[in-house]
Amino acid sequence: MEALFSVLVGLFFAAAIYLMLSKRIVRVMLGIAILGNAVNLLLFTSGRLTREVPPIISDTMDTLPSTTANPLPQALILTAIVISFSFFAFLMVLTYRAFQDLGTDDTDNMRVAEPEHPEPPPAGY
Amino acid sequence: MAATSHTPTVDLSLAWVMEPVPTAHWLVILPVALCIALGAILLMMRGRMHLQPLVAIPGFAVVVLMDALLLAQVVQNGPVTMVMGRWLPPFGIAFTVDVFGALMALTAAIVALCGSVYALHDINDSGRRYGFYPFLMLLLAGVTGAFLTGDIFNLYVWFEVLLISSFGLLILGSEREQIDGAMKYAVLNLIGTTLFLIAVGYLYSIFGTLNMADIAEKARAGIDGAPLFTLSALFILAFGMKAAAFPVNFWLPASYHTPRIVVSALFAGLLTKVGVYALIRVMVMLLPMGLAGLSGVLAVSAALTMVLGALGAMAQSDLRRMFGYLVISGIGSMMAGVAIGTQAGLSGAIVYALHSIVLMTALYLMAGAAARIGGSFSMTGLGGIYATSPWFAGLSLSLVFAASGLPPFSGLWPKIMLVEASMKTGSWWLAAAILVSGFLTTIALGRMFLIAYWRPAMDREEEAPPVSLPAGMWLPMIALFALVVFFGIFPDGIIRLAQIAADGVLNPQAYLHSVFPAGGA
Repeated sequence: MEALFSVLVGLFFAAAIYLMLSKRIVRVMLGIAILGNAVNLLLFTSGRLTREVPPIISDTMDTLPSTTANPLPQALILTAIVISFSFFAFLMVLTYRAFQDLGTDDTDNMRVAEPEHPEPPPAGY
Repeated sequence: MAATSHTPTVDLSLAWVMEPVPTAHWLVILPVALCIALGAILLMMRGRMHLQPLVAIPGFAVVVLMDALLLAQVVQNGPVTMVMGRWLPPFGIAFTVDVFGALMALTAAIVALCGSVYALHDINDSGRRYGFYPFLMLLLAGVTGAFLTGDIFNLYVWFEVLLISSFGLLILGSEREQIDGAMKYAVLNLIGTTLFLIAVGYLYSIFGTLNMADIAEKARAGIDGAPLFTLSALFILAFGMKAAAFPVNFWLPASYHTPRIVVSALFAGLLTKVGVYALIRVMVMLLPMGLAGLSGVLAVSAALTMVLGALGAMAQSDLRRMFGYLVISGIGSMMAGVAIGTQAGLSGAIVYALHSIVLMTALYLMAGAAARIGGSFSMTGLGGIYATSPWFAGLSLSLVFAASGLPPFSGLWPKIMLVEASMKTGSWWLAAAILVSGFLTTIALGRMFLIAYWRPAMDREEEAPPVSLPAGMWLPMIALFALVVFFGIFPDGIIRLAQIAADGVLNPQAYLHSVFPAGGA
């Protein structure tokens, strides 16, 4: 099960990086969304994936047996999902606004803040 | 139905805090809690623009006071830990403060206070309606939380808190330039924090804990076959991106010159230093073996960051963009201290970080004042400032000296410490890079002063009436300037504190003891 998930996480990362290398912001956004999910799956896998042993502490023990799935990564993912979701929403709005104001979603043409040929500093008085 | 109500006799005192928290320990959490509470209150007062600074500025002053008390307490009694919800670490989320964290938090709060006063004249009513003060409060909450937390996942959460507030501040005004800059800043910083989260995931699967003290203890005990280098490389990349280290620095000059000047100033002072802080905390305290293996990479990156940052500064004509490159150059010096890794190198890096927080904020505030007097941020447009306001020109020249590392200002001492430390470990080229970047910075800033300040004002049709700066702009600049001069002339105190801080990070026994008083989980 873990091996399968590892391959899946690898695929997600590959797709995310491929999309993020694009010039089009919308594709970069999609890449970011996939990257966030790749990380969530990675966290999920790091806490063991098993349904064989129920997470119940028996009378004789103080802690969970080490063969059960660890619930903490799932709590971490919950936090990470909320955060990455809100960031993605913000970025989508920003992208739309950038498209409205700059008239492009091609990063090559977004040169308002960094002009292509900036004015050099004066050489003398 | 026949369940036997068998109650296991568990000794709760092993997992729970049974006695009430001492009053003094509340100081650990109060700076963050106060920032968040005030941020919420300011958000509720969104419509009352004139009331916002009246709440925010005293609020920042109280946070400064609390951080100062916290620092005093930590220096006196060693690291302090407070846990949430009575659960003892490693189960509960711990806030652990040592001298390093308290020092950084205090400096950050001072800078935020100065920025909030300067903003009285820099942020107009529409900026306040956009929520400048609430965002600033939450930004400080994120920064302070990152400095004070003792849990690595918590560190990630505080990173996100300060990131989302910084997005809000960055697009205050929604000009085209700001949206362009914010786009690049937002995407690249979000990828940076995602890398950090990946590293946290690996860290958890290797060590099985998120508590920093617990990780430090387990890492020192040694885990065979753990992919520590992969982990360290991920952390270095993530924090390097946050700190704008070469080669992942290009988002900074693309965005830092676009927002309101006081926002630029606070970003330059605070945000990149959070990356440096996290780098020191995680690489030096938690993963010393990983750092030892990768210090060569870190040193090369540091040298390139320094020199290329200074060269970039020489090529700019816009004051704000030039200072952006100076921020990058300074990050290189701090990373050099981390790469050296000795106590001397690390204390040099810490002094440099404190100096840089204050100085970079002051430089940007100065650029804002210069633009108000000269009517432009560009060197070609500025001129004759020395003739119209000699006092301001003098103040600017002192800040320029401090940034170049010339005496008698605070930039000198960390450079001396770093050069000495790198010579001692035999990396002469790192020392050379520090000196060369200082030299290049002097040239860039010297030319800036010559052209923007000394050169007589050109092509002004009529004699413009001299612009006098309001007191609200003078006060924060003079306060920061006073800090720069004070620590330039009396560096002993800050250097000693930084040495204690570096000691605490290199040998975290006191830190561990404060989290696990019984001596181990």
